[in-house]
Amino acid sequence: MSFPLLTATAALPAIGAIATAAVPAARRTAAKWLALAVSLATLVLAGIVFARFEPGGDRYQLTESHAWIKDFGVRYELGVDGIGVALLALTALLIPFVILAGWHDADPLETNSSRWRPTQGFFALILMVEAMVILSFTATDVFLFYILFEAMLIPMYFLIGGFGDRAHAGSDENAAAQRSYAAVKFLLYNLAGGLIMLAAVIGLYVVAGSFSLSEIAEARANGSLDMATSTERWLFLGFFFAFAVKAPLWPLHTWLPNAMGEATTPVAVLITAVVDKVGTFAMLRFCLQLFPEASKWATPVILVLALISIVYGALLAVGQRDIKRLIAYASISHFGFIVLGIFAMTSQGQSGATLYMVNHGISTAALMLVAGFLITRRGSRLIADYGGVQKVAPVLAGTFLIGGLATLSLPGLAPFVSEFLVLVGAFSAYPVAGIIATVGIVLAALYVLVLYQRTMTGPVREGIGSMPDLKVRELAVALPLIALLIFLGVFPKPLTEVVNPAVQHTMHDVQKKDPQPEVEAAK
Amino acid sequence: MENLIALLVAAPLLGAAVLLCGGRRLDRAGHWIGTVLAAASFVVGVVLFTDMLGKGAEDRALHQKLFSWIPVEGFQADVAFQLDQLSMTFVLLITGVGTLIHIYSIGYMEHDERRRRFFGYLNLFLAAMLILVIADNYLLLYVGWEGVGLASYLLIGFWQHKPSAATAAKKAFLVNRVGDMGLSIAIMLMFTTFGTFAFGPVLEATGETSEGKLTAIGLMLLLAACGKSAQVPLQSWLGDAMEGPTPVSALIHAATMVTAGVYLIVRSGAIFNAAPDAQLVVVVVGAVTLLFGAIVGCAKDDIKKALAGSTMSQIGYMILAAGLGPIGYVFAIMHLVTHGFFKAGLFLGAGSVMHGMNDEVDMRKYGGLRKFMPVTFVTFGLGYLAIIGFPGLSGFFSKDKIIEAAFAKGGTEGWILGAVTLLGAAITAFYMTRVMLMTFFGEKRWQPDAGGHEPHPHESPKSMTIPMIVLAFGSVFAGGFFSIGDRFLHWLEPVTGHDHGHAPVSATTVTAATMVVLVIGVAIAWAMYGRRPVPAVAPRGSLLTRAARRDLLQDDFNHVVLVRGGEHLTRSLVYVDHTLVDGVVNGTAASMGGLSGRLRKLQNGYARSYAVSMFGGAAVLIAATLLMRAV
Amino acid sequence: MNPVNYLYLAALLFTIGASGVLIRRNAIVVFMCIELMLNACNLTLVAFSRMHGNLDGQIIAFFTMVVAAAEVVIGLAIIVSLFRSRHSASVDDASLMKL
Repeated sequence: MSFPLLTATAALPAIGAIATAAVPAARRTAAKWLALAVSLATLVLAGIVFARFEPGGDRYQLTESHAWIKDFGVRYELGVDGIGVALLALTALLIPFVILAGWHDADPLETNSSRWRPTQGFFALILMVEAMVILSFTATDVFLFYILFEAMLIPMYFLIGGFGDRAHAGSDENAAAQRSYAAVKFLLYNLAGGLIMLAAVIGLYVVAGSFSLSEIAEARANGSLDMATSTERWLFLGFFFAFAVKAPLWPLHTWLPNAMGEATTPVAVLITAVVDKVGTFAMLRFCLQLFPEASKWATPVILVLALISIVYGALLAVGQRDIKRLIAYASISHFGFIVLGIFAMTSQGQSGATLYMVNHGISTAALMLVAGFLITRRGSRLIADYGGVQKVAPVLAGTFLIGGLATLSLPGLAPFVSEFLVLVGAFSAYPVAGIIATVGIVLAALYVLVLYQRTMTGPVREGIGSMPDLKVRELAVALPLIALLIFLGVFPKPLTEVVNPAVQHTMHDVQKKDPQPEVEAAK
Repeated sequence: MENLIALLVAAPLLGAAVLLCGGRRLDRAGHWIGTVLAAASFVVGVVLFTDMLGKGAEDRALHQKLFSWIPVEGFQADVAFQLDQLSMTFVLLITGVGTLIHIYSIGYMEHDERRRRFFGYLNLFLAAMLILVIADNYLLLYVGWEGVGLASYLLIGFWQHKPSAATAAKKAFLVNRVGDMGLSIAIMLMFTTFGTFAFGPVLEATGETSEGKLTAIGLMLLLAACGKSAQVPLQSWLGDAMEGPTPVSALIHAATMVTAGVYLIVRSGAIFNAAPDAQLVVVVVGAVTLLFGAIVGCAKDDIKKALAGSTMSQIGYMILAAGLGPIGYVFAIMHLVTHGFFKAGLFLGAGSVMHGMNDEVDMRKYGGLRKFMPVTFVTFGLGYLAIIGFPGLSGFFSKDKIIEAAFAKGGTEGWILGAVTLLGAAITAFYMTRVMLMTFFGEKRWQPDAGGHEPHPHESPKSMTIPMIVLAFGSVFAGGFFSIGDRFLHWLEPVTGHDHGHAPVSATTVTAATMVVLVIGVAIAWAMYGRRPVPAVAPRGSLLTRAARRDLLQDDFNHVVLVRGGEHLTRSLVYVDHTLVDGVVNGTAASMGGLSGRLRKLQNGYARSYAVSMFGGAAVLIAATLLMRAV
Repeated sequence: MNPVNYLYLAALLFTIGASGVLIRRNAIVVFMCIELMLNACNLTLVAFSRMHGNLDGQIIAFFTMVVAAAEVVIGLAIIVSLFRSRHSASVDDASLMKL
């Protein structure tokens, strides 16, 4: 029995969370350093996982399996495929930046409040979310995944509702009301999705008699498990609904702008860059693998929803007056691309979608965190309160621009690679869908440049004149992310190498082949 | 030798990285770093060029594969370069003119505190433009394509504190994105048709697919070219792009980037040759833009915008030539190169004039400047003679060839195209003479500005005049050098192919006709602007003039349809999202709340009413029991 | 005598008691009506006991009496404290138990 590496990777932040929460009230700074150290150590472990993963090897690697609830055949089963390992690495990578960016977000408002404890809670909750997300990317038991999928809501609920963005236009009471509205909305949406999934999970157990992903998939492949068409479709819909809420897909998206707007920026990044990825990841892993026929049956509708998300999210982003809500709607548009890539069911589309998840995480983190630095300085989230920042704080403006350019998928930066792959993948299977999706490229340029123009250029507005440029801590957040964006844009091979074999497995699951180029097909 | 190709790109890319990340401590040396690296790239280009000249025509192309970029199953994108005669021509033009403009900018931007950053952006532009022309596949070309768009965005908006500059930059990027959409769809079409998007395999396999597919690819490539090269209907950004510093207008918006569309079409010649319908559209776009740009150029009082109109029109010539197929490819590129010389020279001259006139751009406030700026006058004058096609100068050779090629297309089409190109030549002569007369001749018309500063026109420093002189040399001699003995034709023919067509009229007749329309154009301009003084305030003008001043109402159309329409659309969508999509969910919650509010009323606190419900319940239970028994 | 008559009497008493509970507002009267209902039940129990010839009904009747006595003690205590605080014995005045 080898060292349980995956369990260790997930357990470390969980233990770290408890330790952070236990730090005495007066020693807030120690708690922050502890959380940062734990997240960095987790990053190291995730790096080891990434390095130990062999792209050409078994589908699931570093597997662990223990009996858990024997009566129902629930097992504690972990294992990563190429898709999981990429997202695991993304999660472990982003958390240190989230912690670093939120360094002062949970500080007490009065300086001498020695009994203030929420600071510890904030960082402990972030680590808790990290632990759960990592486990859910590695869980290969449906029930285990479900538990984590739901349990994640608890720390997220407290992070959104308990620690609001301090830059708020209205009164404190007003802010608190909106914050709790956002948190409750987040919880209710996701709970509703989760409960329907629970029904489907139970249904799956009744039909298949097992919760193990690999067992069910194997049984389906060799014909020993025969599901009635309608049963498969209902179960698929139950799973898909939960993931579509989480992803979020139009029209189940409205919780995201509220949650991202009201939460502190690091938490907003946590939502969109990390937690939401569980939704799209689960579509790839569970929907396609467990219900291939139903997935193909539902493809037309899902593609239409994805296209609506792309265009609709982008158009709404253009119409926003609040920086964070703008980025939230941009994310909805991007999630549309991811879902489009997954359900195009071509190698390019699915590899692109997986890369998209990683790249979108990095680029949104870069844009959102820098936007957060900007918002903290001015104390307002309204675009109209800014102008001419470029002249006062050129480095801030520069990093913001690069984050923005990544969001609009400029070639040379990482998101371009994934977006183009998704487009090509969608186009080769469904040309019309591919062409409609390219409209998203133009709209992305529109909302990013309008945002940049209104906030950064023009004459310096009142209240901006004395704005300081980025400090060392903030540079430590922005620069590595930008470096990563450029590196993965120029040389995405380390990721594609890992992802491609996993995508081939999924393509095999759904029994789809890439469309042949016309010229070769003719021969 | 192949290994040198990457150096072409690496030098300016290094410059951009160093200058943009280096921070304030490089402020004093930044412009030198930028210029030296641009020059280094030029030197590498020359070395490669001389090497290439030493080889036979057929094996001149060099290839260099750096690494595999995006490998996903059938989709294999490499970072790989290809340097053939066509790319070589561009490399020399880009690095050569680019280096000159770097030198010019040292003087022009001397008083700008952000000069280092300006040079960083210029270097970034050079790198992206070089990637564009030496890429060996369409996807890498796309990288350069958007890269130059980014550099253009940054440079147009360089003076970001001016809202007009920021808006112009955004507009340029957005309009270009519409074109980029075309390019990405074209690449996707290539991938689904040929399974690849590398130049070699795609262009060799054009015979194996249907004409419809090729027409679609061609039209999408044309859309891309329209965006980048400011062709109708995506031309509206070029005029506004003049908000950028003048060296930028000279390098990016006259000599190099805006000609990328021509490069794309010529490079994809094999696709267009097999898709006559697409070619026809290319020709029509070129012809329309040729006239459109020329008419706009006639009405503008802003010297840079008049030149921008001219650029649009001249690129219209090139696109038209490229649309003629093998008859015109070589001449399109030849005009592109000579145009690069004289238009860059003209822009630098305009910059020099503005430099001496407190950045005034209104030609109605110039007049009689030839006495104050002799060098600028002479170099600008040579550029002027070149662009109108004065016999013996560059423009004469290159434009004449395009007009001949237009006639050689044959049939009614040939006659129409020939007539359009001739008409264009006449208008070119008119508006350029107008610019010349309003700026350098007549009486002085400038006045003290609001702050009481009267401009003191003076000649620009050496760093600015020397590049102008060099470019003037190019404007004078390049055309002749290329044409004598058909040097340029022989140089490019192996790549683009060539066809003489069936000219219905002899070359001499065409040249004579060109001369006639040239004289007519100059004469009308002289009659309107040379013979009598130019009014310092623009007269109201005819309907056409007023429309032309407003870019032939294209912007008004855009504003009403796209901007306003878009605003309404987004606003209504925001409303829909809030009330409808969110409303359904909030409505469910609200109706639940309402229902529980009703139910709450039953709980009124009176013991009697609780007792009634108890008795009622008991009665119902008993009744039900009895009923069950009875049944 | 026909034992059914006892049942009719008990039903009558119960109905009187029930209507009293529903209609009257004075807590003491309501209380007495409840007693009336309990006694009506006792009457039925005893009557049935006699009819069937066993003692079960009578035993339960004793239980009821004990419970009723306990209830009187607690109920009267509540009424007295209610009267002290509100200066009224009306059950409608004590209507605070609502949402």
